[in-house]
Amino acid sequence: MYKYRIIAFGITKELLGGRETIIEIKGQTVGALRTALNERYPQLLNLRSLLIAVNNDYADEDVLLGSSDEIALIPPVSGG
Amino acid sequence: MIKITEKSIDVQKIIDTVSSLSAGALNVFIGTVRNNANGKNVLWLEYEAYETMAVAQIRKIMDEASHRWPLLGWAVSHRIGTLKPGEVSVVVAVSTPHRKDSFEACQYIIDSVKAAAPIWKKEVFEDGEEWVSARPEMMKA
Repeated sequence: MYKYRIIAFGITKELLGGRETIIEIKGQTVGALRTALNERYPQLLNLRSLLIAVNNDYADEDVLLGSSDEIALIPPVSGG
Repeated sequence: MIKITEKSIDVQKIIDTVSSLSAGALNVFIGTVRNNANGKNVLWLEYEAYETMAVAQIRKIMDEASHRWPLLGWAVSHRIGTLKPGEVSVVVAVSTPHRKDSFEACQYIIDSVKAAAPIWKKEVFEDGEEWVSARPEMMKA
């Protein structure tokens, strides 16, 4: 199992119950993290979209996660 | 200049930052808080940003804009926190030698910021609140 610290914003902060969540998952990719998050927090599936950012950039599903990476959940943005 | 701020945005100050003696055009987009959404009165908005990433994404947008248009000066300022109707939420300002470039660049920048910068707003109504665009239309109550 691999342990990651996730920071959540906007509606995801409410769905996960806070800004920071520690999650243990089997895989080491963004896709594996997404699968685990969807299982644990099925309400995430009701969002229009959910992107995952790694170290301040949008990350594809095959990006490998490191234990010191800054990982963030990006629900649909609505700035402006 | 990129700024994410809880303080009210001073539009004139941004114009001064962007102005250039070699510019023939200075274009400013000012986004303001609307007092209604989906037919309901909006009491206020709560803006939240993932600040480090927002700055990084806006920097990318500005790199691209600087590549495409001859920008002499530019600034992007976005407000976060609690904003009431009428308040300024975002300002984009550019100066260029000629006006056409200033319009195009300004529109490109605000459209890109809205699409890519990790910034969110929650509308607060008399009878509830809602994160804007978070759920598909059909999911809304």
